[in-house]
Amino acid sequence: MEQENTHVQVIPEDKEKIKKIWKVALILGIVTAIEFVIAFTIDAGAAKTFVFIALTIVKAFYIVAEFMHLGHEKKSLVYSIILPTMFIIFLIFILMYQGSAIFDVKY
Amino acid sequence: MANTAVVVNESSTNAWGGGVEPMKASYGKLMMWFFLLSDAFSFSALLITYGLIRYSHPAFDGAISDFAFSQEYWPIPEMVFDAVPFIHGIHAPLVFVGIMTFILILSSVTMVLAVEAGHRMDKKGVEKWMLWTIVGGLTFLGCQAWEWSHFIAGTDIAKNIGSNLFQGANLQMNQYGPSNFAALFFFITGFHGFHVFSGVVINFVIFYQATVGIYERRGHYEMVEKVGLYWHFVDLVWVFVFTFFYLV
Repeated sequence: MEQENTHVQVIPEDKEKIKKIWKVALILGIVTAIEFVIAFTIDAGAAKTFVFIALTIVKAFYIVAEFMHLGHEKKSLVYSIILPTMFIIFLIFILMYQGSAIFDVKY
Repeated sequence: MANTAVVVNESSTNAWGGGVEPMKASYGKLMMWFFLLSDAFSFSALLITYGLIRYSHPAFDGAISDFAFSQEYWPIPEMVFDAVPFIHGIHAPLVFVGIMTFILILSSVTMVLAVEAGHRMDKKGVEKWMLWTIVGGLTFLGCQAWEWSHFIAGTDIAKNIGSNLFQGANLQMNQYGPSNFAALFFFITGFHGFHVFSGVVINFVIFYQATVGIYERRGHYEMVEKVGLYWHFVDLVWVFVFTFFYLV
């Protein structure tokens, strides 16, 4: 066992790979900063909400595809994770509809 | 023996025939992915419920400068979360929660670097980056503890609720808006915070096992990769909580 231990080969780091990781981090940071600026410059409304959701999806894409490495997995794995999330989109529509219906009953 | 040989041959021609990894990912990694998918359903149910309840309350439709806390309408988040530690009384909307977001993103980056070091069998690198990830997670938890205690204690101006003068928040009532606002705040950020907490614990276990050389003897650092998936998911959820609870 000890013998085995001393023979572990450490592969030198690939500078390109490290650079790419920090590049993705920079993108996430910049998008968050943009969201922060928009929060105080654009008036509340549907357009603002839409921009926030779009930017959130951009961030989610980079985290899932790059950090979680899903973008580089086999197609079958990618789809078995991505496709079931359509149920979430369905739930958003029915519960938003329900919310406005409750509002109409109450007020 | 002959039979066994035939089975092996068959499986090599059919990706789903058994004996191979059809998705080119190990069992443990696949199960982590499917657990995260189910966890994504839990978190989306919570956030969508926030949307439903907010949508069923009136929104404040005046200018932001005229905004005052009231049980009559849903509060504007940037007016609630405007405090930063050590600068009491200064209106700094969303600054602290922005800092928390950056901390969590950074700890996600150090986690990727730990996974990358694991691929290269670099024990020292795994130790270093896992430790930074744990530090990031603990910092985030500390920030959240401050955020919670500030939310519970309330602002300087107490608010009239019914006949009582009430300050801060609990599960029954709060000075910021309808009682559901505080309930959802506690539930959603609490559920996420507990994920962060368990993530820090798991990260520490992995850090310990890497340090004592378990993965080096095993010949691979796949456990770092699996716990990395969980940690990135926690970051991913925070991205959504940040948008739907604090920004919108």
